[in-house]
Amino acid sequence: MNTRQETSVAAPRRAVMVQIDGDEVKVPEGSTILDACTAHGTAVPTLCYGETIDPVNACRLCVVEVENNRVLVPSCSRKVEPGMVVKTDTARTRHSRKMVLELLGSSVDLSTAPRVGEWMQQYGADPTRYGVGATVAQPVKIDNELYVRDYAKCILCYKCVDACGTEWQNTFAIAVSGRGFDVRISTEFDVELPESACVYCGNCIAVCPTGALMFTTEYDMRSAGTWDESVQQQTDTVCPYCGVGCNLTLHTQDNTIVKVTSPFDRSLTSGNLCIKGRFGFQHVQSRGDTVR
Amino acid sequence: MDLRFPQAEPTLSEVQALDVVLAPSTVAEGWQRQHGGAHRARELRHLLLPSLHALQARVGWISPGGLGELCRRLDVPPAEAYGVATFYAMFITEQRPTRVVHVCADLVCHTRGAGALLDAVEAEFGAPDQACDQAGVGTAFWKPSPCLGLCERAPAALIVEAGDPAHEAVISMATVADISVAVRQGTHAVAAEAPPEAAVPQTVSPFGAGTTPELVLLARVGKVDPLSLDDFRAHGGYLALRAAVAMGPTAVIREVTDSQLVGRGGAAFPAGRKWQAVAGQPARPHYLVCNADESEPGTFKDRVILEGDPYSVIEAMTIAGYATGCELGFVYIRGEYPRALSHLQIAIDAARHRGFLGPDVMGLGFAFDIQVVRGAGAYICGEETAIFASIEGYRGEPRSKPPYPVEVGLFGKPTLVNNVETLVNVLPIMLRGGPAFAAIGTTGSSGTKLFCVSGSVKTAGVYEVPFGATLRELLDMAGGVPAGRSLRAVLLGGAAGSFVRADEIDVALTFEGVRAAGTTLGSGVVLALDDSVDLPTFLRRIAAFFRDESCGQCVPCRVGTVRQEEALVRLTVGSRQAHDIQLLRDVGEVMRDASICGFGQSAWNAIESAIDRLGALT
Repeated sequence: MNTRQETSVAAPRRAVMVQIDGDEVKVPEGSTILDACTAHGTAVPTLCYGETIDPVNACRLCVVEVENNRVLVPSCSRKVEPGMVVKTDTARTRHSRKMVLELLGSSVDLSTAPRVGEWMQQYGADPTRYGVGATVAQPVKIDNELYVRDYAKCILCYKCVDACGTEWQNTFAIAVSGRGFDVRISTEFDVELPESACVYCGNCIAVCPTGALMFTTEYDMRSAGTWDESVQQQTDTVCPYCGVGCNLTLHTQDNTIVKVTSPFDRSLTSGNLCIKGRFGFQHVQSRGDTVR
Repeated sequence: MDLRFPQAEPTLSEVQALDVVLAPSTVAEGWQRQHGGAHRARELRHLLLPSLHALQARVGWISPGGLGELCRRLDVPPAEAYGVATFYAMFITEQRPTRVVHVCADLVCHTRGAGALLDAVEAEFGAPDQACDQAGVGTAFWKPSPCLGLCERAPAALIVEAGDPAHEAVISMATVADISVAVRQGTHAVAAEAPPEAAVPQTVSPFGAGTTPELVLLARVGKVDPLSLDDFRAHGGYLALRAAVAMGPTAVIREVTDSQLVGRGGAAFPAGRKWQAVAGQPARPHYLVCNADESEPGTFKDRVILEGDPYSVIEAMTIAGYATGCELGFVYIRGEYPRALSHLQIAIDAARHRGFLGPDVMGLGFAFDIQVVRGAGAYICGEETAIFASIEGYRGEPRSKPPYPVEVGLFGKPTLVNNVETLVNVLPIMLRGGPAFAAIGTTGSSGTKLFCVSGSVKTAGVYEVPFGATLRELLDMAGGVPAGRSLRAVLLGGAAGSFVRADEIDVALTFEGVRAAGTTLGSGVVLALDDSVDLPTFLRRIAAFFRDESCGQCVPCRVGTVRQEEALVRLTVGSRQAHDIQLLRDVGEVMRDASICGFGQSAWNAIESAIDRLGALT
């Protein structure tokens, strides 16, 4: 289960001194190297890391050099130890990050993954140099009215599986199946979502880092070329459906709700919602032209 | 958990198959929810892998109805169980004929004509993975397989027939005719297997005209009835355990430390330090895992021990459990070893029946028992953290270390993981004492070592020599390269190892010797390649192996192994471009530096050494 909630009520933690790129940084015991980098103001790119999900360190984008370690270590999951000497920007870390971005870029559609293009430039990644190689390209799965699954965009960060499973929802509709390059996120025997255990909470969409899981509204608008985040507004409110009082962030474009999220940093929901809060917004947009 | 299960109904056969694995009390969601619910369900999760085996063995595939029934009884989410089933190559999730012939397509068999064999099988029976209707055999299909560990009698095949009971048999030195008979007629038509000791040329007398080194680890192979506990005891069995109990756990660990024994699975970690670390953990219980998932292409030494002297593994595990405070040990044995599995299970049952395992071992006042877990076709499960996930009923995915297994291992408890060969070394250590054991071999490498010599040699097999012998001496023991051929290179350590040139074979086969020479012993693979080898094709097979066996968890390995193979294909069938060599180096570096586990970290070793030491692909 989620450890952040447990630690927030635990006794004060001792401080640990670590060295990040030559500077001494003091962080609470149990912090990760990534936490220490953040405290130090050092940017480390991440893809499979999620602030509300236990790190699975699968993408290896956040790797750093730690003295006396034979190989690079994932900063998102490795806990700090007193006196640890960390280097975040070396030839080795730059090479690995560049290669992770290239390998992903050459096999996965990253067109809707925020920030990846910027990192590709920063690290000099060139996914085209692999020529015509294997990719995870496949048809989009549209089997319900609420969200689409475009696994051609999936980097297999495991976050949707963890959100659907023990970390948050405990619904277990999806899991990692297959092996190696053929690994896919899948229901049992790849049945369609309406036949699966899915309850359409959309908590998988909330943690997806690439847009592989997407509101049908967003998917349709992107397909029509009308999706434009630059003119969208975000409005925080409280879900009206029940007494829990989950925070909602309504994303609106042209005065129409196009997507609903929930802030990750609220202790009540940690970004999670149910089907009503996530998808039950259509009635707000019944503007009286149908109901008289 | 309030799980939703598929609507599909199981067949009677599937229910019966599950009844064998799951006790009658292991049923009914209603019952579980009333009596402990999800907590109890978690205690059953480790039965997932045996249950999948039961379904596969009975009906030849994992059907939606069978999986659903299994999930209801274990309270496991169907999506997760499907994810586990699809992780393992031996589980099939689409309906197939009940008879399958796995034809080895891996490195050693490749040097022994597997390429032509596979082509001929395909010509006769059609494409792999589908019913052999082309040949009028709708009840069978065939598929190429990773290394079956039968390398001394390559090329090899394994035939599995689902049913009640299921049947399995191996085909050695397989010809197209042998495979054809197996596909058409099934296991009963397959010739009987050679005895285990046939894989150990040193047991055949006279061997090497009086120059045979004394066999220590293999001393009983071929001399004892592997299924008889009495015969084992008549040949010195259980003396080591008595010696261990006489000296006490602390002294046992001291002897193991003094012996300077290091792990034989490939990583060469000091065994005594590992034992000490587990013994000192305050958390209880402690678990022991004997890693018998030897799947490194070209490795078959553990198979020979398990088939030829299974009680030695049981005795060694009992000593390890006694010394490190484990009351339960697991043997994780690869799914492709039917005879080793059967011998080991018979031996464990007999030992338990006679009080050599159980609540009071031999009346010596301590408890120890062993469970066998059968793998299902996944090389990665030999990785020491993946093996835990697999035993626990999850996908065999490695995890980051730290924490290390000695602290957080199987079921989250302190766990001692040792390879089969490492463990059986403990028997001579107990009988001779650590210092005497350390005196065998060299100062940096103590004891004897089992080498799996295969490929282009006259007499392939497992050879036991004291550390210090050179590669040349070992190849000479195996009769050298057949007449008319000359040695091109030797692959040391398997697919994760590296090549040495024919002019480098005076390297001493010690940990320090190979380190100085920039190579590795790995799991003891010595695969000789002669001048007839098509090196680029051989390298492509290595790359294909890594692509097939990557668990898929981390990006460097999941995508890197694919890009590595693609670049090799371009380099071998197309023009040889500097661009692709650089690409291989770039991909190799990220796999080595940023993969989660040793699999990805070593996926480029052999190919790099072929380029840099053998001048391949340039």
